[in-house]
Amino acid sequence: MSGEVLLEVRNVKRYFPVRGGVLQRKVATVQAVDDISFNVRCGETLGIVGESGCGKSTTARLLMQLLVADAGTITFAGRTVGASGGMDVRDLRRQVQMVFQDSYSSLNPRCTIEDTIAYGPSVHGVGWQAARLRAREMLAKVGLDPALFAARYPHELSGGQRQRVNIARALALEPKLVVLDEPVSALDKSVEAQVLNLLVDLKRDLTLTYVFISHDLNVVQYISDRVLVMYLGKVVEVGSVESIYGSPRHPYTRALLGAKPSMDPDRRSEQVTLTGDPPTPISPPSGCRFHTRCAHAEACCAAVEPPLAGDGDHYSACHMLITGSGHSAAPCIAA
Amino acid sequence: MSLQDAIAVRPVAEALQRAQAGKSYWSRVRERLLADRITMAVMALLASIIVIVLAAPLIATHDPTVGSVFARLKSPGYQGHWLGTDEVGRDLWSRILYGGRLSLLCGVAPVAFALLAGGSLGLLAGYRGGIINSLIMRSMDVLYAFPSILLAIAICGMLGAGLVNTILALTVTFIPPIVRISETVTAQVRSFEFVEAAQASGAKPLSIIRFHILNNVLGPILVYATSLISISIILAAGLSFLGLGITPPDAEWGLMLNNLRQAIWVNPLVAALPGAMIFITSMCFNLVSDGLRSAMDVRI
Repeated sequence: MSGEVLLEVRNVKRYFPVRGGVLQRKVATVQAVDDISFNVRCGETLGIVGESGCGKSTTARLLMQLLVADAGTITFAGRTVGASGGMDVRDLRRQVQMVFQDSYSSLNPRCTIEDTIAYGPSVHGVGWQAARLRAREMLAKVGLDPALFAARYPHELSGGQRQRVNIARALALEPKLVVLDEPVSALDKSVEAQVLNLLVDLKRDLTLTYVFISHDLNVVQYISDRVLVMYLGKVVEVGSVESIYGSPRHPYTRALLGAKPSMDPDRRSEQVTLTGDPPTPISPPSGCRFHTRCAHAEACCAAVEPPLAGDGDHYSACHMLITGSGHSAAPCIAA
Repeated sequence: MSLQDAIAVRPVAEALQRAQAGKSYWSRVRERLLADRITMAVMALLASIIVIVLAAPLIATHDPTVGSVFARLKSPGYQGHWLGTDEVGRDLWSRILYGGRLSLLCGVAPVAFALLAGGSLGLLAGYRGGIINSLIMRSMDVLYAFPSILLAIAICGMLGAGLVNTILALTVTFIPPIVRISETVTAQVRSFEFVEAAQASGAKPLSIIRFHILNNVLGPILVYATSLISISIILAAGLSFLGLGITPPDAEWGLMLNNLRQAIWVNPLVAALPGAMIFITSMCFNLVSDGLRSAMDVRI
């Protein structure tokens, strides 16, 4: 699965100002995404997991350039987005498409399904008739009979059908990379499985690359090749799905996986699970952002921010794994 | 259901779908409007009022500005005056016809101009947000500070009486509420993810506004504007009543009502006629806007 790097995110930051008072002065900043870096390889599915508010959706919007990063670079297929001689945003938005979470508000209630899907290609210079033909083709691909659905309006469709339309709309531009922002969170379980299988089939048939954002650990495990765990705007661990789920290294990842409900009541997890809400990203904790909720926190955790470190394919940001970090559980300097 | 039944049912369902296929949003609205009998009846009444008023020179029986001192305030039917005569003996039927022209013009023109100006301003404010929004909306708030009739009176008083000034004053009066409606609806539609999805497909703002915003915003703004027409007629009548709008001897319903009000004890039927016309026309516009509102609700 390890192909060449398709998308490279380097040190991307995005802070949102919090304004208050009559004059709308900036009173604080939300550090929604703070200095994250990762790669997406050709043909893989990268799952991004984390609690709500950890910056998953902001990351998705940064990838689509719906939000502009305050710092850092995004490089797609070797071309840096927005840089001189690089890739312009319009070009990026043909190669990268997004499927939104809310299947209802992401479809225009006054447009037929066909027109909604045809709009994207028409923006990129395809004639309206040809775009409509393309829309019908895409409907068939996502398992909706064009003869029955093309002329319908979103309110005449079920949630699962609407999400299929959303997928068709994203794929109509023949993107290489699809960013899926919680695509199945609003669906019930049986429909969720159908849509997930559709995504897997489409990926195989159209040789796509996915960035799959979700808070559902089971879904991410099912669909991903590699997993990236986020906490308060930071990447805390990244690795192949087997290594993350099989031997998680970061205490946060372990806590997340420990909180995953077990299907077998006799094998309930004995691990420490997280309590409380994550701290506010307006003034995040110093050092390691997780130290306020971490069972293994020591003095060094509050003082120094741990960098991502690891071997080969599995990286995590924890002082317990860094040689000479000052943490009592850190590995000794090898003799 | 047996397999045969299933096969028999399918073509029917498909034919039904095909019958609905290819219909745009606006053709669906038209269909629903045509099916609404009350609205259609009111529209027919309104249309006939407009046609009759436009055909005033052809069907008026007398000159609307020539009176006779010997035939003042006569009841309907007096010597060929179908609806009687006013306080200076002018034929009321002819004056109602000619007055309707000005009244309807004063009702529709300011709203149409305000719709164009206010609608675009609100669209801009709602779509762009930020500093542009604040600039536009705060300047509208300044105009909002006056009660609408007072604002119209102030502008008319400044510019002087007359048809053009009346229309101008009413247009300025109606711009702020239309901007506010347009801004609110646009900002609401803008926050939906389908606008983000359109941006994500690489579309430019103008294309997004044309394809995704307008069809969601136009309905509410249009319905609101239609309801303003009756208010505009009444405000224009009020301005004429105060001597700031249409000037005598031109006929206008509000002006006629003002002049005839002293005759209410002499010949109440004649005195009430212009008022009745204002009432009927305003009601028509209100009912049509109600009908439009329900026809445009896509989920019904």
